[in-house]
Amino acid sequence: MTLHLTDAERAMANGHSGAGAAMAMRIVADTAQLMGAERLIPIASAHIDGALYHGDSGTLFAERLVADGAKVAVRSTLNVGALDLMGCSKQNLPPHERDMAKRMMKAYEAMGCEPSWTCSPYQAGHRPVLGSDVAWGESNAVVFCNSVLGARTNRYGDFLDIACAIVSRAPDYGLHRTENRRATVVADVSGLSEALRRSDVFYPVLGTWFGLEMGQAIGVVDGLQGLPNEDNLKAFGAASASSGGVGLFHIAGVTPEAPTVEAATQGHEPERRVTVTGEMVLAALKRLSTTDDESVDAIAIGSPHLSLDEVRSLDNILNGRMLAKPIYACTGRHVIRAIEADGTRAKLEHLGVIFVADTCVVVTPILPGNGGVLMTNSGKFAHYAPGNTGYAVQYGSFADCVETAVTGRLTRDLSLWR
Amino acid sequence: MALKADILLPGSAQGEVLTLQRPISFWGGVDPKTGTIIDARHPDRGTNIAGKILALPGMIGSSSAAAIMLELVHAGRAPAALLMPEPDAILLLGVIVAREMGWAVPPAFALPAEAQKGLHGQHIKIAADGTIGD
Repeated sequence: MTLHLTDAERAMANGHSGAGAAMAMRIVADTAQLMGAERLIPIASAHIDGALYHGDSGTLFAERLVADGAKVAVRSTLNVGALDLMGCSKQNLPPHERDMAKRMMKAYEAMGCEPSWTCSPYQAGHRPVLGSDVAWGESNAVVFCNSVLGARTNRYGDFLDIACAIVSRAPDYGLHRTENRRATVVADVSGLSEALRRSDVFYPVLGTWFGLEMGQAIGVVDGLQGLPNEDNLKAFGAASASSGGVGLFHIAGVTPEAPTVEAATQGHEPERRVTVTGEMVLAALKRLSTTDDESVDAIAIGSPHLSLDEVRSLDNILNGRMLAKPIYACTGRHVIRAIEADGTRAKLEHLGVIFVADTCVVVTPILPGNGGVLMTNSGKFAHYAPGNTGYAVQYGSFADCVETAVTGRLTRDLSLWR
Repeated sequence: MALKADILLPGSAQGEVLTLQRPISFWGGVDPKTGTIIDARHPDRGTNIAGKILALPGMIGSSSAAAIMLELVHAGRAPAALLMPEPDAILLLGVIVAREMGWAVPPAFALPAEAQKGLHGQHIKIAADGTIGD
């Protein structure tokens, strides 16, 4: 297979639209060649994960693009950076790293990317339409975009996301193609209790199981018709993309490419059917906690970033009670603006909630000291916290997390799982 | 030795082959400043990949692998060459970007995991056409 570039694409690679666009086009074309794509396709938007500081080279790359006049040609939202530019929380970065991280964030803004700084762009007004091709990065955003919105993206990593946004093209392979979006595995959860299937805490746990079971395969879940809300799907997808390499899932009767199981499998016989049992999900639940230590030091919620609805739930469950342990509530500035306007932010901060905007507690140093026990309701936080923060994890529901923060003692309601 | 690898990213190289025993996630798995393998669960933990002909049986994990590869090249701690069973768009993107930045980059070749095993510890030369000799 050989890559065929149009005359316009070739001209861009040769510098007709400036040196920055030329570099971006060569990066996109080289990747397309490597992956066996025969052509590039137009994209409708991008979500850029490349502005999180990992070292100076990434900052130098972004600044080279800016210096060479590159601008994004499609709507491009930004994923989290390493700094809370809203000033809600403090990061313990050394001066050089702080400076380079800030330069990097500013360089991406200078290319015309929207300063959304959130890993839930789909709840901040960026929702590409069903069937459209886009170039999105950040594993939870990718899986939500593919599965819940039905827009088409591969897992775009650092550098390729911004390069695609600049040239408004992406290599035509993988999940951009209809035949590669077919479910090959059916997971039947209808044997689990309806109370469990209706609970918030079920979805990150089922997502964790799903990621481990599927790896990179595409699966369709049967037995959730009429049950999950959007925040449940967000939590499911994020967990599945952390424990496995899931880029797309289907839920029969819920997600847009799966009105039925047969639609999700595109009429093919599935390669595998799995009947999900209580033991399977219980094993996934246990895996999310990494310690038996019940002395919780802090609570983290908001991976992916909390929606406005989730902050409202926090407010309702807290109901004016002071916290004995801090809750780090990670969210985007789109939510911060809304809760600032109506006084919710000040009220919750007074009770002991620490809002974290533009970033989160597992990608940059925010949590105090040298580790401890972190309680979370997020499958993604549970996966990354031990390696990235040194904190051990106790996993629980949203309500468990809030009660633990208020009482200062690990509180967990396991009745749903029995 | 009559091995020939497929060219993924062009170039030639020579050096000692380090064949990893398991797939690795570069983000969280390799220290970008030194090239040392830091993943606590990886059997090759503590080994350094800088200057080696690095044979990867497979890739797992984060899409930030490209950023780590770019950082390794920038720090002068990249492998001398990369061998992998099939092209990994994310890791090799780090090499593609480093090349665009004008930095000296390792070539990459496709070689099945079985063939990689036999090369571990040997000093080899890989020609620009992918021919492997000693």
